[in-house]
Amino acid sequence: MQSIPEIYFDYASTAPVHHEVIEATHTLLPQFYANPDSLHALGYQAGELMRISREKIASMLNVSVQTVLFTGSASESNNMAIKGYAFANQHKGKHCITTKIEHSSVLNAFRQLQEVFGFDVDYLDVDAFGKVSLDQLKMLLRKDTILVSVMAVNNEIGTIQDIGQITKIVKSHSTAALHVDFVQMLGKYRIDLHRIDLATFSAHKIGGLKGVGLLIKNPQIDLLPLISGGQQEQSLRAGTSNLLANVTFAKVLRLSLENMESNYLRVKEVYDYIRNELSLIPQLDVLSPSDGSIYILTFTYPSIPSEIMTNALSARKIYVSAHSTCTSLSAYSHVHLAIGLKEHSANGVIRLSFGGSSTLTQAQRFVEVLKEIIKNGY
Amino acid sequence: MDIKADICVIRFAELSTKGKNKKDFVRLLRKNINEAMRGFDGVKVVGSFDRIYVYLNGADDKTVLARLQQIFGISTISLAVKVEQDIEKMTEVAVALMKRETPTTFKVVTRRADKTFPLVTDQINRALGMAILDNTAHLVDVHNPKIKVLVEVRPAEVYITVNTVQGAHGFPVGIQGKAMLLLSGGIDSPVAAYFSNKRGIELECVHFQSPPYTSIAALNKVLDLARKLTAGQSEIRVHVINFTDLQLQINHYIPESYRITIMRRMMIRIADGLAKKRKCKALITGECVGQVASQTLDSIQVISDVAVLPILRPLVMFDKNDIISVAEKIGTFDISIRPFEDCCTVFTPINPVTRPAIYKAEFYEKAFDYLPYVIECIEKSETIFVKYNEKRAEDALF
Repeated sequence: MQSIPEIYFDYASTAPVHHEVIEATHTLLPQFYANPDSLHALGYQAGELMRISREKIASMLNVSVQTVLFTGSASESNNMAIKGYAFANQHKGKHCITTKIEHSSVLNAFRQLQEVFGFDVDYLDVDAFGKVSLDQLKMLLRKDTILVSVMAVNNEIGTIQDIGQITKIVKSHSTAALHVDFVQMLGKYRIDLHRIDLATFSAHKIGGLKGVGLLIKNPQIDLLPLISGGQQEQSLRAGTSNLLANVTFAKVLRLSLENMESNYLRVKEVYDYIRNELSLIPQLDVLSPSDGSIYILTFTYPSIPSEIMTNALSARKIYVSAHSTCTSLSAYSHVHLAIGLKEHSANGVIRLSFGGSSTLTQAQRFVEVLKEIIKNGY
Repeated sequence: MDIKADICVIRFAELSTKGKNKKDFVRLLRKNINEAMRGFDGVKVVGSFDRIYVYLNGADDKTVLARLQQIFGISTISLAVKVEQDIEKMTEVAVALMKRETPTTFKVVTRRADKTFPLVTDQINRALGMAILDNTAHLVDVHNPKIKVLVEVRPAEVYITVNTVQGAHGFPVGIQGKAMLLLSGGIDSPVAAYFSNKRGIELECVHFQSPPYTSIAALNKVLDLARKLTAGQSEIRVHVINFTDLQLQINHYIPESYRITIMRRMMIRIADGLAKKRKCKALITGECVGQVASQTLDSIQVISDVAVLPILRPLVMFDKNDIISVAEKIGTFDISIRPFEDCCTVFTPINPVTRPAIYKAEFYEKAFDYLPYVIECIEKSETIFVKYNEKRAEDALF
């Protein structure tokens, strides 16, 4: 019997680990076990690798090396940026602005600021395509606004926000710091960090190891450390450094930037093909905006609930998500509700997300299988 | 249309004054350019009387240009595209080249060496100018254009050049022979190296370490600095002197206030001996008057007194901020500020003498027989060869 090939369309949750990263771990794990902060030669060698990695990351992101902080995950970077900044700057004001479609690690950090620490938080509405209104942002900015946090690419429907315009507005209408969650944009689109105070990145979405995120922090701004302890990461994030993940971050970032254009062209084919095919299926609505990220394609087919669809696809070795994996246990996605989806439709949402190994053949098979499931009902 | 240059046209710096030495200058510059281009596949360097041409043969024009901009002795570099003698193709290339530039003002300047070309200079200027105006956001300014589109119509082919960039200027490295640089790991000495290279001096470096008082990190920092300096001089020898024994003797025998002065005198003796052995014609330091106690005019006098070779101090009258801005430009600043102890800082006395006297220094030095230590330092020096863009074992991890 011929085995069915696996199709992985869940890159927005995590990407397969790049084989070069796996190879590097074979050298790193046995040889560089020392604590990078130890003063002896072994510690020094490990510390050197961390330093080189940090330098390379800085030069690839076009920022200075002292802005690069390693964290444990993008969720941690978001928490560190939002709560760390809010706590250290609350004397300037207690008002923050974010959007209704942020990642849970941003929304819940703000919710905590609101409910436990008495901050005042405004949530920007989005239109049916997930875009924030720049006018509303202008209107909401106040004298005591200290922080604005907006994601570059939405993880559930792929909306790309106009970060350039948002930066302009925040910088010209307020003294607030700007935090941007770039997780779903890294290695996929060009990123300009100019005038952005805090930026979040993750390694495992581009083929790196889990357990490492980045926070790029403008040296001029202050954060209160959420994890107090040793001197690691400029005393902003204590804990023995995760050498393995931090060092391989530079490699996977380089690889993903090198392959950015060729991947884009291939994924664009996959995206265009599936999007076009989906538009021909009756009762199926594509939720992803047509000018959104081509790496995320979300649709709803209300008569088959997400869970059943995911299971049916999984049984045929096609792996997709319903909505964000970080909120996969909640009934409805806040993003889907924010773009105006009724509960009935939000029930049947499926998110496809593509990456380096996605091919047109996979796309064709996916469409075939989807049609089959719709026809049979499972 | 995506377009790449075919040729880099290199013009020489500071040549006009060097009449009879011109041949040496050009030969050495060509050799240095050849060395720098070794890392690029297919690139060919050809010299002529007043230009050097680098044929790219498919190599990435921007990377080659960036590398050439680091070579001393070059005044300007232009990237030229070779096209057929065909006005349509010429227009196409000119437009494509201009699309790569951020919109500004321009002017087309044509040199028609081949008078058989059917269009006259003015017609070519107009044809290209109109096409650029229509297809890009650039504007014409015939008086003060930001970009000159140079069109050179030669027999058989046409060269189109859009942007001429500045080279590193100065003299080809090596034209003055060799000198020994005292490389500490601080901000100043790499900048001194840069200026020495720029004047055509080839460098060897000497570094003093005092393990276990100084760490391996401090030595690596110095090697990283030397690696940065290979931008201007593609191979550099770093002589590492193990200074611990002599330093401990100094600490034991010399009164605290004179320790730095005597230490510097010992370093100069060692560097001087090593320099002669390595056929260097001078010593170079990053000293700057008044910066620290050991760099007052009195100190400089007392320290220089033991040298046989002349000591050149390229930064002697510089302000610290000016030194820092050069260090940032040549990429050594971020390395220099890495916080490791070097052998100057470990044994720093609390109150060093700022106005030492030669007779006192000589008197204190009589306290112990330093010569065997000096000789041992020179003989046991270890030489590390640092090359431009050298592959390292850990590269595979990145």
